[in-house]
Amino acid sequence: MDPRTTPAFLRGMTQSRSVTRRDAFRLAGLSAAGLALSACGVQGKKAAPPKKDAVAEYWASKKKNGTLRFANWPLYIDKDGKKYPSLELFTADTGIQVTYAEAIQEMPAFFGKIQPQLAAGNDIGHDLMVLTNSIQLNRAIQLGYLVPLDHSKLPNFAANAGARFKNPVWDPGNTYTVPWAGGITGIAYNPKYVDEVTSIEDLWNPKYKGKVGMMTDTQEVANFGMFALGIDPDKSTEADWKKAGDKLRQQRDAGLVRKYYENDYVDALVRGDVWITMAWSGDVFQQVAEGKDLRFVVPAEGGTIWTDNLCIPKTAQNPVDALTLMDYVYQPKIAAMLVEYINYIAPVPATKDILTAKAATEKGEDKEFLEQVAASPMIYPSDADMAKLRSYKTLSPAEEKVFEDIFQPVTQG
Amino acid sequence: MKRLTPYLLVLPGGLWLAVFLVVPMVFMASVSTQEGDLVNGFAQTFNVGVYGDVLSQYGTQFLRSAGYGLAATVLSILLAYPVAYWIAFRGGARKSTYLLLVLLPFFVSFVLRTVSWKFLLADEGILLAPLKSAGLLPGDFHVLQTTAAVIGGLVYNYLPFMILPIYVALERVDPRTVEAAQDLYASRREAFTRIVLPLSLPGVFAGVLMTFVPMTSDYVNAAILGGPENTMIGNIIQTEYLVNNDYPTAAALSFTLMAAMLVGIFAYARALGTENVLEAAAR
Repeated sequence: MDPRTTPAFLRGMTQSRSVTRRDAFRLAGLSAAGLALSACGVQGKKAAPPKKDAVAEYWASKKKNGTLRFANWPLYIDKDGKKYPSLELFTADTGIQVTYAEAIQEMPAFFGKIQPQLAAGNDIGHDLMVLTNSIQLNRAIQLGYLVPLDHSKLPNFAANAGARFKNPVWDPGNTYTVPWAGGITGIAYNPKYVDEVTSIEDLWNPKYKGKVGMMTDTQEVANFGMFALGIDPDKSTEADWKKAGDKLRQQRDAGLVRKYYENDYVDALVRGDVWITMAWSGDVFQQVAEGKDLRFVVPAEGGTIWTDNLCIPKTAQNPVDALTLMDYVYQPKIAAMLVEYINYIAPVPATKDILTAKAATEKGEDKEFLEQVAASPMIYPSDADMAKLRSYKTLSPAEEKVFEDIFQPVTQG
Repeated sequence: MKRLTPYLLVLPGGLWLAVFLVVPMVFMASVSTQEGDLVNGFAQTFNVGVYGDVLSQYGTQFLRSAGYGLAATVLSILLAYPVAYWIAFRGGARKSTYLLLVLLPFFVSFVLRTVSWKFLLADEGILLAPLKSAGLLPGDFHVLQTTAAVIGGLVYNYLPFMILPIYVALERVDPRTVEAAQDLYASRREAFTRIVLPLSLPGVFAGVLMTFVPMTSDYVNAAILGGPENTMIGNIIQTEYLVNNDYPTAAALSFTLMAAMLVGIFAYARALGTENVLEAAAR
């Protein structure tokens, strides 16, 4: 096995973001619940919107310390044995030593763990973390748990980030976050059992009764209910949610849905428990790279785009070092190292040319893999696909309650 | 000093329970009647209506959990009793080896054991695929995401908790009582139903306590092996806590579950007779 393909192989062996994340979550579940409970004593307080000079005020007194504690998801950075080549380059270039921790397995569990400490203003042990845009990230922003970024120190982000990755609806102006990697929620299917899929309606196709996988996350499943009805989640109202809830319930009551999955849908798809399922682009890319005959499509009616984002907790001890890394990874050279391993959407479009150029200098499996990455619509989605993609709706706490009461009974009936 | 000794002995355990059980319970009771959300904070409004709300909203899951717990408990007794009986009376010198075998699954993580079922029982997996291709099972037959899978998983994971107490009870049955019964012209069957079975009931009672309660509040089996129609109350509580951060609802659900189980257990204890409870408790 060639070293270049080894990362993907290893990721496949460990099921990357599926088994590890899920199991650790299960194990961590109870202890996190206990911590969440202790949070009840702390009164929440909504942060005032950031003042104009909040950025300058925060960063004025901060200095580079030469150390950085970085919390990320498992298998979400380039790795060579026990080393992280991109982080070693970072240390060589900036003199900042990085302690890298694969500390995040699941958004709710991780947020449950750090929330009480952030509320109390105690150090959470991380200066930089990667959070998915989600209800939890919205909460972190609303509660004032994140540091507003000094964009004058992020020139590489300004120059190299793709336009699609700037200014997301849930964090206007990238006030608190910049993307680490992104992904698409679309439909994956096994062509052995399923005819070509273009429409989201195939998830409602009676032919696949009991062989359809949906996701248990309410925002994911709600978006697909809305796409099926031609509703744009961003502009959706309570009435739209009810309609989408009915549409999803109809699918469930007809016995079409095998299960509402977390990230274990990949195993179910590979093992043949489901034939057609809601899926994340990177997971499917890795399976295909390993030779599995699976397809991934963004349905004509729409798909969801999400990003995992770098952000700095307000209790960070080394914020300047964290900001330095945020900018560092936006150099196309470094971003290319990352995407080659991560296989999710790179926020730096220039990486495509770098990988193509690199493929030309390689041979055999290496070349094949790099070409596959550079050509994959799952990593570099086409403009036509991008036009179909929407975010999750950003919900206020009051809306969230209504939203959960509509969609949770569908996935947890 | 002598009179103080028993109190001093009970002090560490008592403190442990007070700090880690009583305090959180009081805390949880207080949380359950608060209103609000994580962002704007929770305020105590003595909103007892939440208990009615959770019962009407999640009544199905409560009943389903109790049903699954009951079915799994009965199945566990049926499976565990013969095993315990065999080890106690026929185990001979190897008894401790057999007991170790019973406990062996505990050396592997609960979650991993359950996840392994997914691979074993996959629709096109090593068990079902050959049976399907041999025409013994219809093509769309599946085990995962069915009620049977969830109950099966519960039994599998909690079976040792049923075997061990029954074994202890049977082990204490003096073989001479059986001989005496036979001397008094009891058949082997009568000797079992009139001597051994009644003497072993406290073990069954303890086994039921140790399996029914955790089975009913379990959420791992339903999450891993269940489908859309198999959500148990434990899954709901977990979602309310971790995903929705709706602590009042989660606390109210937990309290309702606890209260329902306490009532159930006491009713059960009364029906079986208090001596049995005390005897079982004494073990």
